[in-house]
Amino acid sequence: MSEEVLVSIRNLHATANGTPILKGIDLDLRAGEVHAVMGPNGSGKSTLSNVLVGKPGYEVTKGEILFRGKNLLEMEPEIRAREGVFLAFQYPVEIPGVANNYFLRTAVNAARAHRGLDPLDAMDFLSLLREKMKIVEMPDDMMKRAINEGFSGGEKKRNEILQMLLLEPDFCILDETDSGLDIDALRIVAGGVNRMRSPERAMLVITHYQRLLDYVVPDRVHVLSKGRIVRSGDKDLALELEEKGYGWIETGDAAGARS
Amino acid sequence: MSGTNPELERLAKQEYKYGFVTEIEEDRLPPGLTEEVVRLISAKKEEPEWLLEYRLKAFRRFREMLDEGEGEPGWAKVSHAPIDYDAITYYAAPKQKPKLESLDELDPELRATYDKLGISLLEQKRLHGIGDGSRPGVAVDAVFDSVSVATTFKAELEKHGIVFCSFSEAVREHPDLVREYLGSVVPYSDNFFACLNAAVFSDGSFAYIPKGVRCPMELSTYFRINAAGTGQFERTLLVADEGAYVSYLEGCTAPQRDENQLHAAVVELVALDRAEIKYSTVQNWYPGDKDGKGGIYNFVTKRGACRGYRSKISWTQVETGSAITWKYPSCLLIGDESVGEFYSVAMTNNRQQADTGTKMIHIGKNTKSTIVSKGISAGHGDQSYRGLVKIGPKATGARNYSQCDSLLMGDQCGAHTFPYLEASNPTAIVEHEATTSKISDDQLFFCRQRGISEEDAVSMIVNGFCKDVLRELPMEFAVEAQNLLSVSLEGAVG
Repeated sequence: MSEEVLVSIRNLHATANGTPILKGIDLDLRAGEVHAVMGPNGSGKSTLSNVLVGKPGYEVTKGEILFRGKNLLEMEPEIRAREGVFLAFQYPVEIPGVANNYFLRTAVNAARAHRGLDPLDAMDFLSLLREKMKIVEMPDDMMKRAINEGFSGGEKKRNEILQMLLLEPDFCILDETDSGLDIDALRIVAGGVNRMRSPERAMLVITHYQRLLDYVVPDRVHVLSKGRIVRSGDKDLALELEEKGYGWIETGDAAGARS
Repeated sequence: MSGTNPELERLAKQEYKYGFVTEIEEDRLPPGLTEEVVRLISAKKEEPEWLLEYRLKAFRRFREMLDEGEGEPGWAKVSHAPIDYDAITYYAAPKQKPKLESLDELDPELRATYDKLGISLLEQKRLHGIGDGSRPGVAVDAVFDSVSVATTFKAELEKHGIVFCSFSEAVREHPDLVREYLGSVVPYSDNFFACLNAAVFSDGSFAYIPKGVRCPMELSTYFRINAAGTGQFERTLLVADEGAYVSYLEGCTAPQRDENQLHAAVVELVALDRAEIKYSTVQNWYPGDKDGKGGIYNFVTKRGACRGYRSKISWTQVETGSAITWKYPSCLLIGDESVGEFYSVAMTNNRQQADTGTKMIHIGKNTKSTIVSKGISAGHGDQSYRGLVKIGPKATGARNYSQCDSLLMGDQCGAHTFPYLEASNPTAIVEHEATTSKISDDQLFFCRQRGISEEDAVSMIVNGFCKDVLRELPMEFAVEAQNLLSVSLEGAVG
């Protein structure tokens, strides 16, 4: 495994609409690693992912985030995206009237332009798109439809993974991508995620449950509680949590015990 | 939630691109609306007696309406301070040689003005983007304040027997045609603003496409208001004789001024048997500043008569300018199996107001009409779709389909739909669909997270919303309209 630190989060404090949510997060992701972040509702999981991608409404009050040594916090959200930071949304939005394939091509070409590459023309893009669609088992007609319009919950999540496959980001954040998925959709989504695992890439998988981690096996598991990482461990920590519940972490001796 | 984005702030402050003033000596009448003024306008244009009489009838009716307090129509959902019709100058024209022998004699100031607007009055150059000669090109009639200053490709069109010239010239050269059709679709007494126009109309375009002729190029008129304190009262008349086809486009801009200026136009279209007229508008009058100061009052009556069997009139409009728009391009479907269409995108940003829509009057048998209206409201913009579908007792088998969609940006704007339906024939089939949607912060953020800038995201969403209408425009203008929508929306979010 590579030793290169791809993402470095240092003493990160953030507020949402003025309320302190993150109270000092320290986390390093090395290239090639998959980290899972678990924790009860309100522990700051979604805030962490939103702050990483620069969603408006959050303010970083202290700390820093470096991505390949660059200060992520100084970049506009679209620049972070073009640099290779990707968030698979918990609730993907619908955009009526804008065809999926047109949207995806615009996104891919924005990233290519950022890297000094020529845009893909419609034909080249189409063959790339077809190849990636097979991985997430999406039928052709879904590409001509408006973005997520009339898609089922599972289709929306598959569409998120498709976008990730197309954009090939180096830092992938999955925000509760497993929520609301049936077992078949979960298998497809996990298959797509595993395709993305590579020695150059890091992933942050945010989830409530162990079940996604059966498919996407993490290198590290962190437990978030009240805006801090209260415990870190290997994949077995997720199993332990599943068994004992978060109460075990939040009360008593486990709290503050960082490994 | 959304913080202020410096890029958008900058764009929001960007000025209206066409707000410059041309310094040119103008011949203008003193402000005020009197019989004397009407007579002077008519005299300046060396009009025949019958036309002066027509103007005077309209003038008397207009005075009557003012005196009886009928005034401006009260039903439109727009508000503005009372207009003082005696403070307006009704005629202003750049001083130049009365009659140009060729386009080369055009005042360089005027030519420079149109160049700056992207309108080439050089025939060999044709309209921007169409320089390779493989495309049929566009003939332009350029109207500056109260007069037409140039018309291109007249000789080329004459070869096909097509008349395309300024309205004033048509009165001189083709009085019989003008007399036959003027006021035959929109009578002078039709409404307050049409009546005002009939009294003081200055210039506009006239086109006649003879029997069986398919006009080989787009015809277009470019309207420019330049002088301060004036109104522009354009009059346009297009006649497509049996089996003829024409596609016509109008565009318009005005300087940026703190006062409101009135543009009260009348457009009449006549389509005879199997004739087709496609009329497109890209309206970009100065909309006023972000606080609603200044801007054009665009109070316009546009109507087409499908007189002939299987005739067709199609209106497409992209309305992004003006402080207030009041406009209902309509179709009288008189001929059996005639077809009327109305495709509209109306956009209001900042303090703009628009009350726009159409009337489809089904009179003949098996007449068909389609209405697709897309309203976009941002800032404090407020707009209404107002449409009438009327099926007469003899319109057996008439069909109408209406679709009215509104897109809201932010929470300070408004969108309203007022569909009216009067059906007097039991065989008629009328459908109406309406939707309202919003561009949300989440949609914009989703796009940005995929690497698409906020501006491009807005433009993508808006163009997606409007695509059913934009694809009705001639291709060259569809691109222009898309850009215009993006520019008009700058600063609408963030």
